[in-house]
Amino acid sequence: MFENLSDRLNATLQKLRGQTRLSEDNIRETLREVRVALLEADVALPVVKDFISAIRERAVGQEIHASLQPGQALVKLVHQQLVALMGEQVAPLDLQARPPVTVLVAGLQGAGKTTSVGKLARYLREREKKRVLVTSCDIYRPAAMEQLRLLAAQVGADYFDGQAIGKPQQIAEQAQAHARQQHFDVLLVDTAGRLHIDADMMDEVKAIHRAIGPHETLFVVDAMTGQDAANTARAFNEALPLTGVVLTKADGDARGGAALSVRAITGKPIKFIGMGEKTDAMEPFHPDRLASRILGMGDVLSLVEEVERKVDRKQAEQLARKVQSGRKFTLEDFRQQLLQMENMGGMASLMDKLPGMGQLPEAVRKQAAAGSDSKRMIAIINSMTRQERHFPDIIRGSRKRRIAAGSGTQVQDINRLIKQYAQMQKMFRKMGGGGMAKMMKKMQGRLPKGMLPPGM
Amino acid sequence: MFKFLRRKSAADTSSADGLAQRLSASQDNLGRQLKQLLHAAERIDDELLEDLETVLLGADLGIATSERIMQALQQAIASKLITRADEVLPAIQAELFDIIEPCEQYLELAGHKPFVILVVGVNGAGKTTTIGKLARRLKDEGLQVMLAAGDTFRAAAVEQLQAWGERNQVPVIAQQTGADPAAVIFDAMQSAKARNIDVLIADTAGRLHTQDNLMAELQKVRRVIQRQDDSAPHEVMLVVDASTGQNALNQAQQFNDAVQLTGITITKLDGTARGGVLFAIANQLKTPIRFVGVGEKAEDLRVFDATSFIDAILPLG
Repeated sequence: MFENLSDRLNATLQKLRGQTRLSEDNIRETLREVRVALLEADVALPVVKDFISAIRERAVGQEIHASLQPGQALVKLVHQQLVALMGEQVAPLDLQARPPVTVLVAGLQGAGKTTSVGKLARYLREREKKRVLVTSCDIYRPAAMEQLRLLAAQVGADYFDGQAIGKPQQIAEQAQAHARQQHFDVLLVDTAGRLHIDADMMDEVKAIHRAIGPHETLFVVDAMTGQDAANTARAFNEALPLTGVVLTKADGDARGGAALSVRAITGKPIKFIGMGEKTDAMEPFHPDRLASRILGMGDVLSLVEEVERKVDRKQAEQLARKVQSGRKFTLEDFRQQLLQMENMGGMASLMDKLPGMGQLPEAVRKQAAAGSDSKRMIAIINSMTRQERHFPDIIRGSRKRRIAAGSGTQVQDINRLIKQYAQMQKMFRKMGGGGMAKMMKKMQGRLPKGMLPPGM
Repeated sequence: MFKFLRRKSAADTSSADGLAQRLSASQDNLGRQLKQLLHAAERIDDELLEDLETVLLGADLGIATSERIMQALQQAIASKLITRADEVLPAIQAELFDIIEPCEQYLELAGHKPFVILVVGVNGAGKTTTIGKLARRLKDEGLQVMLAAGDTFRAAAVEQLQAWGERNQVPVIAQQTGADPAAVIFDAMQSAKARNIDVLIADTAGRLHTQDNLMAELQKVRRVIQRQDDSAPHEVMLVVDASTGQNALNQAQQFNDAVQLTGITITKLDGTARGGVLFAIANQLKTPIRFVGVGEKAEDLRVFDATSFIDAILPLG
């Protein structure tokens, strides 16, 4: 998401080099590029206009701080404006109400409402430890109710079946009564997809809203939406008192201008972001991080959190101690590291979140991700004996052939792995005794000045 | 037989204005915006041209396509073909027509039996609904139609297609959720041959074009179909949601790279979205555009017609 936006900005900002003060004249061309870049990223026209004029107002006449390039000063402004627009804080789902806390979900056809309800149910169950009931008011799309019933079963939520009731409003009401009687913590109400210009259908969802008085009303929108995001967001926001937005299908390569448009037009926070096919692929939305990501600063904070959640801390600490004490880094350690990396979705997912990766050509990134091929490396190490894992020097010709046969690979693959391991071992030896901090500093030095998020 | 797709059916010919009507709900469409802009302009200057480009970008046309139109305009202005603001609109319309007209190619069903249509697209584009409507139209034309429930991933996708099959009394070949989609479609191919079916339409799970493993799965489906019949699939149709922005171009490119698209169908044109990105796709990929979806009913799937599409987007009247 957003890759091209940051690339484009980087290119135009080069032109500002050498200026000491931002003026209407010297930023005109850059702002034009910013405008085109935003439009190309599918940000809606009225939102773009407001955004540009806000930046122009703040930029003109501003002295450029001695340590900043004018381009960087403008980037900072664009970043600040983006953050101001997207909101600084994470907006969590508000569950502070008398249970059952009712959540109503609405949106266009195919936005991803039902899938989002399933993911949300799983999120609330696993991370918030809530008892969740879901129901579907979609009496129109064939098998829509069946879809939610199956999803609910998959994620361990209870499903209230409205098939026999047949009327959307009644289904919602009865599900709410059921949730109250059975002491559920949260009730998620899925609705049929509807066009915002379909008056009858909009009346229907308004009636459902009136009947159950949901604590949260979420608008679900596809991250790939173009200019029309402005129209639909405005219409849904006028029809329903929305409390938040769910951005779906954000794991693709859409530039995600829809996120900006919807936020700007409704003024409602994006609360969740759908990131993949699986039911656990939904994350709270961090607006400040997204702003950084737009500008190519990378989603470092998300990465840190993901590492914290998925990495086995004990094992990581063990390894760190080992490294610091300068003890030998074995193939067994290497295997553990690979396993942890796999846990976090592999190299490609990690690289996506690192700053500066936007500057690498797509092909290079793909190759790096494919080349790492950690599954295969794990298989190779699995095919080794304990002795071989701890004393890799004994691995010679016939052992290599055996390991290759055992792991379904070639002898070259074994050679490559051993070479990589040797490199890592060298690196770890250097890092022993406080070398880690030095290395981090070195890495930071390579990043362009001013591109590090504050506090880093 | 096969007459419906070779020429526009009665419903489509009468719908030249029908499409415009279905699309006129928007208060903020491209035509209206351009007219306002040109009406207010006293003369053609740089500011007007920049505003024009902004409106085109704002209609999801994308950079490359907007630039193409602007260049054509500037040339016409430079050579004094256009001297007044009121001459600008027809010029834009003509350029839009030039871009999209080559994509007006009806789907030829003759020559293969079964004629195999593989339907692909991202999640929520409207694949299954489009298949339901298409099955109905073909059946009304007197063709023997069969559906293959190749979306074995999404919960209840099989049931959704089966519901369409029941509604239209068309057989649906399906296995349980989680089955190999290539196997389902393999079965369907065999069954279609045995039962003398005219058209087999294969549904597939929605997938983002960036998910390499799922795109590889789609390539396998294509290979399996091809193994059964060298010439098949005879149509690989990408379904695109009209409200999609520039990402639709990436979708078309990636799906084309993976499974060689032969046609595009655009859905949900009955909203306020105008499918402007179709021009970007037409300009860069020239993929034939087969159908437009303008509503929930079976008859709301129309054969794509460049003239009425442009009339609907940018009416001159």
